[in-house]
Parts: sequence; structure tokens; C-alpha cells
Amino acid sequence: MAFSPHRRIDVAGLVIAIILLVLAGIVWWDMSKLQILSPYDLGPKVMPIVVSACLVLLAIGNAIGALRGDLPARETLDWKPIILILGALACLIALIRFGGGFMIGTALLFAATSTAFGRRAFVTDFIIGAVIALIVYVLFAKLLTLSLPAGPLERLF
Amino acid sequence: MEAFTSLASGLSVAIQPMNLLFALIGVLLGTAVGVLPGIGPALTVALLLPITFKLDPAGSIIMFAGIYYGGMYGGSTTAILINTPGESASMATALEGNLMAKAGRGGPALATAAIGSFVAGTIATLGLTLLAPYLVDIAVSFGPEDYFALMVVAFVTVSATFGDSPVRGLTSLFIGLMLGLVGIDLLSGQSRLSFGVPELYDNIEVTTLAVGLFAVGEALYVASRRHVHEEKLEAVRGSLWMTKEDWKRSWKPWLRGTMFGFPIGALPAGGAEIPTFLSYATERRLTKYPEDFGKGAIEGVAGPEAANNASAAGTLVPLLTLGLPTSATAAMMLAGFQQYNINPGPLLFAQNPDLVWGLIASLFIANGMLLVLNLPLVGLWVKLLTIPQPWLYAGILVFATMGTIAANPSPVELIMLTIFGVLGFLMRRFDFPIAPVIVGLILGPLAESQLRRALSISLGDPMTLLQSPISATLLAIALIALVLPFFLKGLGRFKAVED
Repeated sequence: MAFSPHRRIDVAGLVIAIILLVLAGIVWWDMSKLQILSPYDLGPKVMPIVVSACLVLLAIGNAIGALRGDLPARETLDWKPIILILGALACLIALIRFGGGFMIGTALLFAATSTAFGRRAFVTDFIIGAVIALIVYVLFAKLLTLSLPAGPLERLF
Repeated sequence: MEAFTSLASGLSVAIQPMNLLFALIGVLLGTAVGVLPGIGPALTVALLLPITFKLDPAGSIIMFAGIYYGGMYGGSTTAILINTPGESASMATALEGNLMAKAGRGGPALATAAIGSFVAGTIATLGLTLLAPYLVDIAVSFGPEDYFALMVVAFVTVSATFGDSPVRGLTSLFIGLMLGLVGIDLLSGQSRLSFGVPELYDNIEVTTLAVGLFAVGEALYVASRRHVHEEKLEAVRGSLWMTKEDWKRSWKPWLRGTMFGFPIGALPAGGAEIPTFLSYATERRLTKYPEDFGKGAIEGVAGPEAANNASAAGTLVPLLTLGLPTSATAAMMLAGFQQYNINPGPLLFAQNPDLVWGLIASLFIANGMLLVLNLPLVGLWVKLLTIPQPWLYAGILVFATMGTIAANPSPVELIMLTIFGVLGFLMRRFDFPIAPVIVGLILGPLAESQLRRALSISLGDPMTLLQSPISATLLAIALIALVLPFFLKGLGRFKAVED
């Protein structure tokens, strides 16, 4: 990395520092609600206090790094695939939450991820995803007797 | 020798046909998953953990041993053939290995990696066998404050000492420690950081965290920069076998790599990067064929691969004898033990010797199986590498989500997986190391319980940490390890120039 005389302030680095401060605040607030049962030690409060205090220090450390422009260089970012994958994960979560079973959601996740990686065959991939979901379902549910959330499709088997 | 009688009884456990079968399945699955690009050994263990849920403890731990070594081996195959090391420990292997593959010598590169891994793994496992009883004897005399101090050393070395940036490493660690607070505090029965969500009461699953950070995070990261980076698979051309000269050039690097890997892995310092790069640098200096380096020198594959495997076996020393995981993979192993309420440490050797020595014996067996299976099956592993990238990552995400809900069928678990995925993506983008988060999550609660035990014995006086000579020494080491990298910044710059 070349040393330029005008290192730019890294905004993302400052955001990271602020997030760490917020986390420290949450840990502290949560700790303040705990009750101490033993008169001798701080009990459940010890670790949260340590963690919270260190998160504040690290927020300062990260902020200094950001102001000095110490963060590694980053490449340009393509947001579309990220949104696609996260959207598919959200659909899967919603389907499971509302009793749709995981198979449709899993097939959707497979097809969406594959699209995010540049394939243009959504229907084919959806079917492949469904087949994989079926195989894994049989393997997990029947062979290993693990319970997977069932919807209308899963009850057919 | 007491260690060898124990090992012999362990062998009698490991050699039972069912357990041999478990080891075989573990080795095959571990290699198959580990060979997939973007999947390192830690993620391999995390993804395959659900499969072992229903086995008995001995069987599942033996299967782990197979998965662990299989995953390591798979990673080196990927590093050699595509130059995308799944984890930093394979980076040194990728340097010369990929050049060898490009020059049409992929076969010997894979062979020297496999045989070197076997040699190193066997010697290092032998080291584990001999060293473990001594460490157990020492560990028995440790009080809670000494354990706490030891864990502090592990925290510092894993996160700060050897990374690019101590601040970023420590940030990762404390995110892990924070996640470790979530759930009901066992000693007081109060819930922490749970916000009334019942699923959070019984702690964050380390598998969910690891799969989220590694699998989902990696998928998001690779997808977001697909336009920047294209990877290329080198075909294995020519003979698989090593020539006489390859052997002559490989055996010393294997042994030297082992000498770097095992001690550094066995120290509670963690990370296989240091020994692999040390080995790479040493081989480069000692070679009789300096002109080959940069064009695919077999020493540059043999040494680092041996170091990598030896340090993997080395990390089992603190894990088994002290219950101290010092790498993401070791943390996953510990999670696997905990699933059966098995707590590694000196007590385990006393209470459950069959299990520990069965595991150690299985490591020998898994190592031998890998050697026998991998070279003949190399064609199959290469096939796995030709899976198109879209399907590969789609498949990884499908298995990641299914494994997560199989372990804990609740949408909340998937929401956590997604959040950890986003976290993993951001950490990759801003170059925060991931292993400290996982070590923090699993070791944090253990450190806390030791600290509180120490404090309740001393009636709340924190000076107890400095009054025990062992603990005071360890804390001093931790302090040095914490401060050192800030002074050695100049050294890091020197390293960058050398590269």
C-alpha cells in the first residue's frame, strides 16, 4: 500500500466504530438489569462489564484506524446478488414461519443463489433445488430421524 | 510407557468394525466437503455436525477425527488445483502447489501433499500421545484462576498477536465474547441479552455461528465480487506418482514442516499460518533448486502441507488436555464434544479414557485411510471441483440452512444464521478475522465460569488472579503477547516488502 500524504477518512470505519459503541451500550444496559445474588462477587455482571468496557476501547481503536485511513482497500461492490440471496433467505424463513415447509423455500434459495452467481436458468435450477431438498429431507428425516419443519409438500412423504 | 498402554486400549476401541466404518465415512465425507472451494476444515466440521447427532459419543467423535483430517486434506487439494485456499493455513501450499499444477505436475504436488500430510499427521499424533499425559498431570494442579489466565492467553494469541491488525482481531474476539453472553446464566438463572426471545435463552449455537460466518458470509462475499475475480481449475495432467527425485526432495521438508507445525500448534497460540509460512520460507532458503521457486517447487508444497497437518494435530493437545480450542476448527470440535456433554480437559482423561484414547487412535487410522484412499480417488475429488460455481454455492447454502434447521427447527435459528451471514460478509469485506469470533463464543462462557469460580473462592477479591504464580505468569505472557504486535509493526512492513 502506498503512503499518500492525504489519507482519506474512512467513513465505513467510523460506522463500524459507532456500531461497536452501540453494542457496548446494549451490553451495559442489559447488565444493569441483572441482579446480584451473592454479596461477595459481581456474579453474572462481571463478564458483561468487561465486554462492554472493551467494546468501548475497541470502538475508539477502530475510530482512530478509520481517521488515519488504516482500513484495507476495498473493491467495488455488486449489491444485486447480495439482495437476491438475502431475499431468498427471507422467503425461506417466512415460509417456515407460516407453515409452508422448507422444500419450496429451499428450492427457491437454490435457484436464487444460482442466479446470483450468474446462471440464467431459474426454472431448471428451481427443479434441481427441489430434488436436492427432497433427497436431503429423506436423508435427514428418515435416515437420521432429525425433524425438519414440515409443510403441505413434506407431508406427502 | 503408560501412554502406549492407553493408546493400545484406545486402538481396541477404534478398531471395532463399526468404529472403523465411522472413521471411513468421516474421512470420505470430510474430504468430499473439504475439497469444495470456499469450504475450509472448520466449515466442513460445522456442516457435517448434524450427521453425527444421532450416533453414540464414541462413534461420532471417531467420525469427527475422520472429518477433521479429511477436511484438511480436501483443503490442500483445492489449494493446489484452483489456487483459492479455503483457509489461511493452505495459503502457503497454494503458492507453489498451484504453479506445479499449472506446469502439468499437479499429480506429484497432490501426492507429496498427501504423503507429507500422512507423515506429519502420524508424527504429530504420536507427539500428542506422548505429550498429553504430562500436560494432564500439570493441568490437574491448575486452579480456576490459572485456567482463566490460560484462556486469556489463548484469547490474546488467537486474536491479536499473529493477525494483520490487533485492533481488528480483538474486535472480532469481543464480538464473539458478546455473543457468548447471550442466554441464561447457569449460576444465577438470569437471562442475558435475550430480549425475551425464548430461542435465545439456551445460548447461541456455535454451529449456527460458524455456518453463518463461513458458508453464508463466503457466498455473499464471492457473489458480490464475482465481476472482480475469476477462478480457474487446473486439470491434473501426467503421472500422479512422484519420481525418485520428488521423493528425495520431499522427505526433509516433510520432517522440517512437522517440526514447525506440531510445537506451534500445540502451544495455545493457534493458527496454522505461522508454521506453514515459516516452513515455506525455510524450504525456500534451504533448497538446492532455488530457481524452481516461483515456478512450482515441490519443497514448497511438501513443507507447508506437513506443517499444516502437524499443527492441526498439535491444536488437539490443548483442546483435549486443557479444553482449550485455539483455532476455528478446534472450536467446532469442542462444540461437537459438548453436544454429548463431554468436556475435554484433564478430567476427561481420568473419567473417560476409552473415549479420548479411542479418538487419538482413530486419528492414526484416519490418517492411514486418507493415504490409501486419496491418491486413487483423486479423480473423484477433481470431479467435485468441476461443479459449476452457481450450483456449488447454491448447494452450500441449501445444506447450510437445512443443517441449521435440522439442529434446531425454528425460524429464529435461520434468522440468526442470516444475520451471522451478513456479519461474515462485512468482516470479510473489512478484513476482520473470523476465527476469533468463534473461539470467543465457545471459550467465553468457559472463561467466565472459571473467573467467577476464582472470584467466589477469594470472596470477590480480583487480586487472586495475581497471587497464584501460574496465573500471574500467564497473565504476564498475555500482556506481552498483546503489546508486542504494536511494537512489531515495522516487522510486518518488512514482511510485506519481502513478498
